[in-house]
Amino acid sequence: MKAATREPAGVGSGAAHPATNVGAAVQARGLTKRFGSVLALDHVSFEVAPGELFGFIGPDGAGKTTLFRLLTSLYLPDEGESRVIGHDPATDMWALRRRLGYMPGRFSLYPDLTVIENLQFYASVFDTTVAAQMDTIEPIWRQLAPFAGRRAAALSGGMKQKLALCCALVHSPSILFLDEPTTGVDAVSRREFWDLLARLREGGMTMLVSTPYMDEASRCDRVALMQQGRILRIDRPSAVRAAFPRPLLAVTAAGEGAAVRIGLLAALREHPDAASVWPFGSTLHFTDRRAGPDPARLATELGEWLAARGIAATVRPISATIEDAFMWDMTSAEPAA
Amino acid sequence: MRGRRAFFGFLGKEVRHILRDWQTLLVLIGMPVAQVVLFGYAVRSDIRGINLAIVAPQPDAATASLASRFMDATDTYRVVASVADAASLEPQFRDGRVRQALMLPSGLAGALGRGEPVTIAVVTDGADPNTGSLMEASTLAIVRAWDAGRTGRRAGPRIDVETRMRFNPTLESVNLFVPGLIAYVLTIVSALMTAITIVREKEIGTMEMLLASPLRPYQIVLGKVAPYVALGFLDVVLVLVAARLIFGVPVRGSNALMLAESLLYILTALGMGIVISTSTSTQRVAMMAALAGTMLPTLLLSGFIFPVSAMPWPLQAASNVVPARWFVVITRGVMLKGAGLADLWRETLILAGFTAALFVVGIRRLAVRLA
Repeated sequence: MKAATREPAGVGSGAAHPATNVGAAVQARGLTKRFGSVLALDHVSFEVAPGELFGFIGPDGAGKTTLFRLLTSLYLPDEGESRVIGHDPATDMWALRRRLGYMPGRFSLYPDLTVIENLQFYASVFDTTVAAQMDTIEPIWRQLAPFAGRRAAALSGGMKQKLALCCALVHSPSILFLDEPTTGVDAVSRREFWDLLARLREGGMTMLVSTPYMDEASRCDRVALMQQGRILRIDRPSAVRAAFPRPLLAVTAAGEGAAVRIGLLAALREHPDAASVWPFGSTLHFTDRRAGPDPARLATELGEWLAARGIAATVRPISATIEDAFMWDMTSAEPAA
Repeated sequence: MRGRRAFFGFLGKEVRHILRDWQTLLVLIGMPVAQVVLFGYAVRSDIRGINLAIVAPQPDAATASLASRFMDATDTYRVVASVADAASLEPQFRDGRVRQALMLPSGLAGALGRGEPVTIAVVTDGADPNTGSLMEASTLAIVRAWDAGRTGRRAGPRIDVETRMRFNPTLESVNLFVPGLIAYVLTIVSALMTAITIVREKEIGTMEMLLASPLRPYQIVLGKVAPYVALGFLDVVLVLVAARLIFGVPVRGSNALMLAESLLYILTALGMGIVISTSTSTQRVAMMAALAGTMLPTLLLSGFIFPVSAMPWPLQAASNVVPARWFVVITRGVMLKGAGLADLWRETLILAGFTAALFVVGIRRLAVRLA
């Protein structure tokens, strides 16, 4: 199991994009980065095809930012090698940097400059002008234009991220790296941001996006699940969900309040066949240890088991979300760490 | 041409940063003038109203003539006692009623008439060493002037007058301060502001975006420092004009040379700022490093306030690596002595050497990747 979850990190994973070395937009082989004694990235290998919207999903500290900084030539790897649109970030950084669009995880615009001034500045850095690049940035600029004269510091979180995206795009890069572009942004702005990425994808832009939000994974062509510096799995989002290896049940307590839910959680974790129990919003996701049995029958059995302990709850079988799959991979990978 | 658009884009951005932060700008422009006024009036160390006692065991024509020089100098001296015996002055010295005593030998007129060497003792209250040495120098200057103007002079009292005073015989401290002040102000504007402005990009995260761009380190540095060259230059002109208008401090040498040397020192200070910025990652640390590494040495070791010649040898040795020390020599030379490049080429060359070394080190140390 452990070996199996780590295997897809290698070459040849992902049914949608059979990896061929020739023509890959990004190739990484055994990328490793240490900071002192901390292993931030542990032999990471993957490929991204041209035009692909590729997501890196994982909690803080999984190594997403380190990976992006290696690929954008900001860090040198301790081991391993990579090629980004034909350039090695370690040796050929100046050629790469001209063709690269990068939106760092930290807000990295000038708060005292206005929206248009920030944009003009980044255009000048790449020896171009906003006017000359209007075709590329037009869909985003249309949303920013009403705030053109406003200082970046006074923008809302969502608008700041759109401006940062616009600045990363203003030189029509060949590839775009977006490090947690929606972190700290409200749900509506997040959706709008992903709509913009979808438009860019239609235009053929190759994009690597990292996010801690599992729900955003479904908008990617493929996702890599990352944890503790390693890639646990790379697949299409639907395949990640479909590959969930156990029956999954959603359990909702009949009563209200935290005490009721904590009681339910404790009871479920004592179930002899419980593989994992995680709170998901107002419900609990119960994964059964046994792979075989029919989920509907298990749901009935679990409801009866709870009722026998005096706990009233509704139980129904559900299909796994990316987050369930990720939690499963994470917990099953843990002993190997 | 790619470099030019990037440079002007950067320059425009920097100018906007400076103009938007108008409070800092106001300080940078107002501070030099305020410093001139402060140093000129409030902390001027010109000595006024020295309580002087004249000790003459045998008053004669010579002692009376010399004493009258001090009595006439009412701006500087108040002759509070004329006594025959120094012993009676002891308690007055102790409580400050007397700060200085001029002790004339017996038979002064006779000895001078015969051309014999005489010894005049000057006893000065040294509790405040700065004021003490100023009082001493002032008194020595008056004695020397009196001696030089004496009719029938054949030999004078053996008194050394520091050559430093030659060009500023009345010890107008404003004249001495202004050249040092220019060094000080330029250190603040150029070294401190440069260090902070580069580190700010690291702190607010924009450096990551700049590093991932095709901008070369030298382009980043040039764009960063160019506005501060202009600002530093403006400050030099402001200080010179303020000193001229308020205190009548002249530039005896060439104005063009003065401005050119200032420009050179601005670049030196910018170099220091760049080097500091490459080894620090927060504005706070950069500011502390600039204070400790550039401003304090400029204030203490450049000869701006404390004469280098009066320092113990380890400090004199250390002062050699403080660029401001050489710049103060240059500015004093040009402003007070009317010196030209022929007199100052050595100091100028040393400054140029510092500047080149700092820029090479600074640009080489500028990271092309994240640390």
